[in-house]
Amino acid sequence: MGGYIARRLLLAVPVVLGILFVTFLVRAVIPTDAVTAMYEGQITDQEAEATTALIRAKFHLDQPWYIQFAYYVRDVAHGDLGESVRLRRPVSEEIGYRYVNTLILTLTALLIGIVVGVPAGIIAAARKDTWMDVTAMTVGLLGISMPAFFFGLLLILVFAVWLELVPVVPRGGAALLLPALTLGLIEAAPISRLARSGMIEMLRRDHIRAARARGMGETAIILRHAVPGTLLAILTVVGLQFGQLLGGAFIIEVIFGWRGIGELAVKAIQWRDFALTQAIILVSAFSYLGINLVIDILYVWIDPRVDYSRA
Amino acid sequence: MSGTLAAAPPSRLAWVMDRLWHHRSAQLGGAILAVILLSAAFAEFIAPHDPMAIDTLRRLSPPSATHWLGTDEVGRDLASRLIFGTRYFLMICLVTTVIAAGAGTVLGLISGAGPLVADAVIMRFVDVLLAFPTILLVLAVIAILGPSLLTAMVAVGIGNIPGYARLIRSAALTVRREEYVEAARALGASELRIIFGTVLPNIVSPLIVYTSYAMPLAALAAAALSFLGLGAQPPAPEWGAMLVNARSFLFTAWWAVAAPGLAIFAAILGLNLLGNALRDVLDPRDA
Repeated sequence: MGGYIARRLLLAVPVVLGILFVTFLVRAVIPTDAVTAMYEGQITDQEAEATTALIRAKFHLDQPWYIQFAYYVRDVAHGDLGESVRLRRPVSEEIGYRYVNTLILTLTALLIGIVVGVPAGIIAAARKDTWMDVTAMTVGLLGISMPAFFFGLLLILVFAVWLELVPVVPRGGAALLLPALTLGLIEAAPISRLARSGMIEMLRRDHIRAARARGMGETAIILRHAVPGTLLAILTVVGLQFGQLLGGAFIIEVIFGWRGIGELAVKAIQWRDFALTQAIILVSAFSYLGINLVIDILYVWIDPRVDYSRA
Repeated sequence: MSGTLAAAPPSRLAWVMDRLWHHRSAQLGGAILAVILLSAAFAEFIAPHDPMAIDTLRRLSPPSATHWLGTDEVGRDLASRLIFGTRYFLMICLVTTVIAAGAGTVLGLISGAGPLVADAVIMRFVDVLLAFPTILLVLAVIAILGPSLLTAMVAVGIGNIPGYARLIRSAALTVRREEYVEAARALGASELRIIFGTVLPNIVSPLIVYTSYAMPLAALAAAALSFLGLGAQPPAPEWGAMLVNARSFLFTAWWAVAAPGLAIFAAILGLNLLGNALRDVLDPRDA
């Protein structure tokens, strides 16, 4: 197991370099020079030229790309993600609390997605081809077809305006309710579909048929044999869905004014604040990589039967 | 053979079309997409009003006989805008899929059926791209190129290349071991000819099945980008972009939000229904 973890970490090294390179590109091939963006319309052309030369030298923009890349990697390694030209402060300060906000939102949504989606998928599989299955799958189909931003607006309209169950501009914990519900319910759709297909496959296995032959009740078979067996499949789903969830969070944050990194990313692109954009993409990609690493390791822990020597 | 064996065996395409024709889900999805296709083709004749015509006296008026779905914040007819919006929807589906499937297929084929060095290089590259959730890749491309509809489509297309490349590579690896590929090689066919003449036609099925998943997701992503102001820009009657301004009037004029929102929902549902049917017919494992 220790060997597997070490190997898995080693395999992540080229990916980390790749992530660094792609995010480096965001700032390296920008069409408008960051310097011009910083002082647009505030100074004369001559002043701009002189300042530009100074700043280009300060940020190593006058060096060849591979030197710039080396500087970039060094800075990231030191936790220096640059300074936001728009906010006029270190990017890491701004990203810190927003990252936590996004984490709160996505994890709550993931929890809702699992709590709603997994049982729905399991029941649908256990009662395959009955009205319960058809209902669950129809709702699931509607769910994967629903644009997250439209669903969010619908929930605001229904819960805040028509039913008046939550304030239109909520505070504190209430502020989390609608965005997490929007994201979680949208996420429940693919989760239920994947849980269902995993469960159907599981119910065809020999040990389930053997249990059935021994006269074990169907409910007991499902709860004691089939569900634990699908845990791995569900874990895979969670890993796969985390990327989706992140994409969804970006949109949901904008709709609900949730101050996370997604909302910041959209602003950063509109501001042409490349250091900020770059940092958000970098931090998100590293988080995604980290989560998938953890899930890969959990795999071995949950299911030691699988031979990972080739992994 | 004499003329007594009149009926030739039906082609695979005819067989697939016949199965789809009788598939409930395909009928429903096909009907939705047919409405979209017809609207796009004949928008000028169907639309009751000019989709760009501003009428400040009729701002945010509710659905009525003259304006079936009501009007938006500057008095433009929502129904007409939805009808013209079908063109954007189809263009987005087409462009994103052509970029993703095109580049993904070429990379996947070279990787799966070409020289080993190419495989190693391409797959490391794909691994890195796969380490990014699609949204981040898309945002990176938009950050570099600047927000516009074209950028959004290119970005979503690029974001989906790694998935296609991975799929086509494994399909090509499987096909490569088939006897008919051995036969082609024994007959002296060149590697290029084997890849594009023999391997490619035999991976069309998985390509279509994958597209049935990827296309609705791509269309949703593009609409979301427009909604965020990173794709199609108002006043274009693109459905996602129509929501940008309508959003502010959610409490007073819900129809301005509901119309484009439901249009996106219905269109994506159509793609998903057709996709489900296609998978039933083409991919027996998924039944």
